[in-house]
Order: sequence, then structure tokens, then C-alpha cells
Amino acid sequence: MGKNLTMLQAITEALDQMLDHDDRVMILGEDIGVNGGVFRATEGLYEKYGKDRVVDTPLAESGIIGSAIGLALNGMLPIVEIQFLAFIYPGFEQLISHAARMRYRTRGQFGVPLVIRTPYGAGIRGPELHSESVETFFAHTPGLKVVAPSNPYDAKGLLISALEDPDPVIFLEPTKLYRAFKEEVPDEMYRIPIGQAKVVQEGSDLTIFAWGAMLREALNAAKKIEAEKGWKCEVVDLRTLYPLDRDAIVQSIKKTGRALIVHEAHKTAGLGAEIISIINDEALIYLKAPIKRVTGFDVPVPPFTIEDHYLPTVDRVKQGIVETLSF
Amino acid sequence: MKQHLITDRKTNKNILGCYFMTVQNLGKFAKQIYLKGRNEMEKTGNPIMKAHSSGVEPDMFRVLTPDGEIIEAIDGKIDKSLMLKMYESMLLLRTFDRKSINLQRQGRIGTYAPFEGQEASQAGSALALSAGDWMFPTYRDHGAAIIHGQELYRVFLYWMAHFDGSICPEGKRILPPSVPIATQMVHAVGTAWASKLKGEKNVSIAYFGDGATSEGDFHEALNFAGVYKTPTIFFCQNNGYAISVPFEKQSASKTISQRAAAYDIHGVRVDGNDIFAVWMTVKEAVERALKGEGPTLIEAITFRYGAHTTADNPNIYRDQDEISTFWRENRDPITRLRKYLNKEGHWNEEQEELVLKQFNELIDAHLKRAEAYPKSDPLEMFNHVYAEETWQLKEQKQELNQILRKGGRK
Repeated sequence: MGKNLTMLQAITEALDQMLDHDDRVMILGEDIGVNGGVFRATEGLYEKYGKDRVVDTPLAESGIIGSAIGLALNGMLPIVEIQFLAFIYPGFEQLISHAARMRYRTRGQFGVPLVIRTPYGAGIRGPELHSESVETFFAHTPGLKVVAPSNPYDAKGLLISALEDPDPVIFLEPTKLYRAFKEEVPDEMYRIPIGQAKVVQEGSDLTIFAWGAMLREALNAAKKIEAEKGWKCEVVDLRTLYPLDRDAIVQSIKKTGRALIVHEAHKTAGLGAEIISIINDEALIYLKAPIKRVTGFDVPVPPFTIEDHYLPTVDRVKQGIVETLSF
Repeated sequence: MKQHLITDRKTNKNILGCYFMTVQNLGKFAKQIYLKGRNEMEKTGNPIMKAHSSGVEPDMFRVLTPDGEIIEAIDGKIDKSLMLKMYESMLLLRTFDRKSINLQRQGRIGTYAPFEGQEASQAGSALALSAGDWMFPTYRDHGAAIIHGQELYRVFLYWMAHFDGSICPEGKRILPPSVPIATQMVHAVGTAWASKLKGEKNVSIAYFGDGATSEGDFHEALNFAGVYKTPTIFFCQNNGYAISVPFEKQSASKTISQRAAAYDIHGVRVDGNDIFAVWMTVKEAVERALKGEGPTLIEAITFRYGAHTTADNPNIYRDQDEISTFWRENRDPITRLRKYLNKEGHWNEEQEELVLKQFNELIDAHLKRAEAYPKSDPLEMFNHVYAEETWQLKEQKQELNQILRKGGRK
């Protein structure tokens, strides 16, 4: 059985079930208790589980992540909410120098089973520093796993997997999709394995790789191109950004021979470059055209009045498809 | 008194008399001489003054004076067997520390951070803990870690840059030394918080230095601990210098312990070279924590005799001979306890010789074990990055393995 839920509701349901399922689970963050979170992802959980398990913390990201590391060391399963991705920077040292390295430094003696949930991405008319997409920082850091769901079903299944993962997982929630649509989400606790991409649309002419909020742009562009030109694009939702699902990437390229990568992160050193590199290593001879990237520009995410011009749009994605297919 | 205060550039007698005194004790006249002397010393660049020239030296808790006199009641708290344990612990640590510096000079271990001078702070605090308490040391706190149960050969391995040097004995909760300053303080909040939530009777202790008190994590840790009343002990060894920067440049605060007031937590300033005072202070902090009365910030005044690390040259930033001679001759934690034990007839030269011989043998045995320990296999760098190896790591491990099989990097 299932219910029609938004991504936000699916996340809340996952958190609720995990709190209910395991006494060691705690949620920590700013405004997540009484207020239920600025996006309402933890709505109702404080009332249900109390202040010791759904904790309104002081406003200090290093303190939140650092104390969550300690909680995890001593047997708890903390889920941290960082209010917006760009607010994680004060806690960066804790994440990079400690959470990501604890297992390594102690040769497996102490692990940090920690999940950091954070809304990310542009397109919701947010103020400055509320719209970043800096997944590269985390995907570049040995010891961290990085997950970015694009729909309610995946969000719930991946969040449960993230919590059960023995290592720290950065769980990126695209704000633009929080309430964008509903889909059927099973009632039970189910898992979507970390590290597995998903082919969301089969195609034969070109593969679009995307994740998070960009998946919708990719699907819409693919639909329009098919209607206009008859080209069939395959769309792959990477879902996990570290470790990337290499097999899925390579398999699709072998089939289509052309690739377009869409991400809202800045172009330079964005994950698109990593995907191109994987294709270069594993499937170069299958390529019929250079791989194109449609990404956010190498500028700070601009004020919201012009943020739509920063983000890859359906038109930009379509243009990329045309260029790649007419090479 | 007056004689004490007269400036003598050679011996710094004025400082000997004043460093631990409150101005109330000095009186107006004496204060004038003291300040005059201080100004002169500043002009001459006296390092002790520079380090501690915050004006009036605030009170600190002391039990055993540098002359080996007891000035606070210890009955029912510290018995003879504990005294001997304290003394022997400090002797062991000093022997280990000196040996380590020599080993670094011989190229048998890497860069080493010595702690000589701080033995009372480290041994005294560690002896006040229970076996299951969580310990978060820095790179200068292996003395505390050893007393809390870390094995000597592991400490050698750590300074030999061996992966296995960060592992603590099974069942112990001694985390690897924290290198980024103050960051471990928030971990000690988290572990203590979990202990509290689980109803476990354990405290968590975080070690740090005076420099760490300028970091944001110092503030965040104290604030979190205050809010959640975690059973955390924040143990600051104020040795006057963060590498080269004296405390007066670190902060306008007169003391570190006074910062506790800002978080409404308990704060204590203690003579960090008085092992009785350190032990009693930490013991009390443990008891308060376990009663649910929350965290304690302890500032232990001490001094590192040597360099920041074996790669550091302290002569650049302080008159190293003068300042370390002063502390060795007048404030040494081992000497003062030895004076007391000798007076009480608890300790004599023969015992000292015997114990030192035993410690040297013990340390040598651990050194032998560390040196005979299987060297880190280069492929081990791929282990424990994740609980389960990712495909990237599997392949990169394979890549290095092939290079190694062909005879290694050339």
C-alpha cells in the first residue's frame, strides 16, 4: 500500500519511521523541533518523539556536526539537518577533517554513521546563499558518500539507506522539487541502494545524465525534442554522486553513443567532468560525438531575479541535444 | 617579601615571588615594585612577563606548593598509594617524553610534540577518570592517553607515522590525537550527550591548549555542553604559548576559566603543575558531571619546557634557556611531589632508581615492539576509507598493487 506524497512528505515519513524504528535515531538542527523545520521536513516529529530525539540546537553548524560526530561515536544514529547547503561551511572542518576520516584514522575502530540532510539548489527565489549546488566539495572528499534524489519515492528509499549506512552520507534535497509533484510512496520502510543510478527513460539516440532538480529539465527537454525531431533520448538519474554508478553510465553510452550532462553546479570541476572522464576511460570508442555539458555558470549563484538564467533551462538542454546530435 | 620582589634579571626573582600571588597579598608598595619590575622586564624582553603580563595574576587552586608543602586538606581524598601512583605516572611520562625526543634526533621516529613540564596536568587529570570514560587528546596529550590506558608502543607507532598508532586498546575510548585545534571539544560534547541519553555513568574529557580558546569550536563546545548539560570536562592546559604566540596576544581575557561564566557552566583555575590540585579538580568535575550538574571548564596553568615540536625553535620567540630554567627550578611538577614524598618518608633515592630502571626497560621493550611492528603496507592506505570499499578504491588499490609488484615507484 502507498500514499501520494510530495518529496517533502516522503522525507518526513522516512524520518518518522526511522525514529519509530530505532531508539538510537536522533534529529538535530536549527528550527527543526517546535517549528518543524524551515521547509517543514520535520513537522510533527518533535511532538511525537520529544526534545531529546528531535533537537532544536543552538545556531552553530560546527557545533551541530561536531557533537553529532560524538553522538555517533557513542552509539547514536544522528540525522543532522543543515538549514541550507551554503550554511554548512562553518561545519566544513568537522565534516572533512573528522567525520570523513574517523574510520580511516582509527583503522575501523570507530565509525561515524551520520546523515546530513540539507536543502540545496536554486529556482525557489531564495535570498543570497540559499541556492548553492556544491556537491563537488563532498564528492571530492574521501570518506563521504553523496546522495541527491529527484523524486519522492527515491527520497524515502535513499534516506533510509543513508541512515543504515555505516559511513557519513550527505543527503542533498533539491528545494525546487520539495513540493513540485506527488507520487505514490509505499507505506513500509524500503531501501534504494546507495550507488545505483536509474534509467528513468529509455532512448537510443543520446543519454542525458542528471540528478536532483535538473532531472525534470532533462525529461522535459527529452520530451520536447522527441516531439519536435523524433530523437529518442535516454535519461539517467544518477541519484548517488559518490560513488557514481559507473556501470549504468557506461552501459547507456554503449547503447546511445552520445552524452549530455546537465547539472546546476558550476561547470568547472563540476561532477560533469567526472562523468566525462568515466566515459573517456571506459567507453571512448562508443562515442559518436563530443560530450556536452549544460550547467550552471562559473559565477556565484546570482540574485533570484536572474537565477533562471543561471540555471540550465529546458531550452538550453534542448540546444545541447541538438548540437550533440548534429555533430 | 621585598627581597623577593627586587628585579634580578638573571634569576627573575621578582617573578618567582609574584607569578602565583594575588595583588591583595602584595600590598600597595609591593605592587609598585612589582609593576616597576615588570616594566623593566618587558623592556628587556623577558619572556615570562610577556607571556603572563595580564597584570594581576588571578587566584588558582593549589594544594601542594612548589616547596612540597600541603596547603589544602587531602585527607580521605589522596592516600599514599595514590600519591605514589601519581609520582610514578609522572616519572614514566617524563622518561617516555625524553626518550622520544632522542629517538626523533636519531631519526627513529618522525616529528614529535613534547610535553615535558606538563606531566602533572596530564597524569593528574587522567588518573581522576574511570576506565570507560571518553578521552579526546591533542597531539601533545599522549601523556594523558598513556595514563588512561593507551599502550606505549602504539604511541611510538603514531609518531613513527604508522596507521596502527591511532588504535586504542579494545574497550577503551581514547580517540586519536586531534590535529585541527579545538575541533575535538565538540566531539566530547557529543559522546557525553550520548552517555547522558543512554544513562551511562561516563564522562568525556577534551584536552586542548590556550591557543584553542580562540577557535570557534571552543565557544560552540562550551555553549552546547551548557545547553544540554553534558557530562563533559574541558581540560585546558594553559602553557602560555600557542607555538610562538603568548597568551596575552591570544586574548584580552585575564583567565581562560572565567569564560565559563559566559556559558553559565562551572569554571576552575588550577595550578597545572600541582598534581594533587589537578587530580582533585578533575575528580570533582567528574562527580559533578555524573550527578547531572553539567560540564566543567578547567584551566590548568603549566608550561612546556621544550619546543612546540622537534621541528620548532623556541629561541625565536622566547628566551628559552631562561624561561625553561625558571620553570624547571621553581615550578616542576615532579620535584615538588618528590619533596613532599621524601619529607613524609614515602619515597627515597633507591626507590627512584629502581623505578626509573624499570621504566626505562619498559619503554625500551615497547620501543622494540614498535620497531619490530610490521611496516605499513602501502596498500593499507585504501583500507577503512569506507566500511565497504567503493569501486574507485578497489581499482586504485589494484593500480598501486601492480606498480608495487613491478618493483615500486622509481
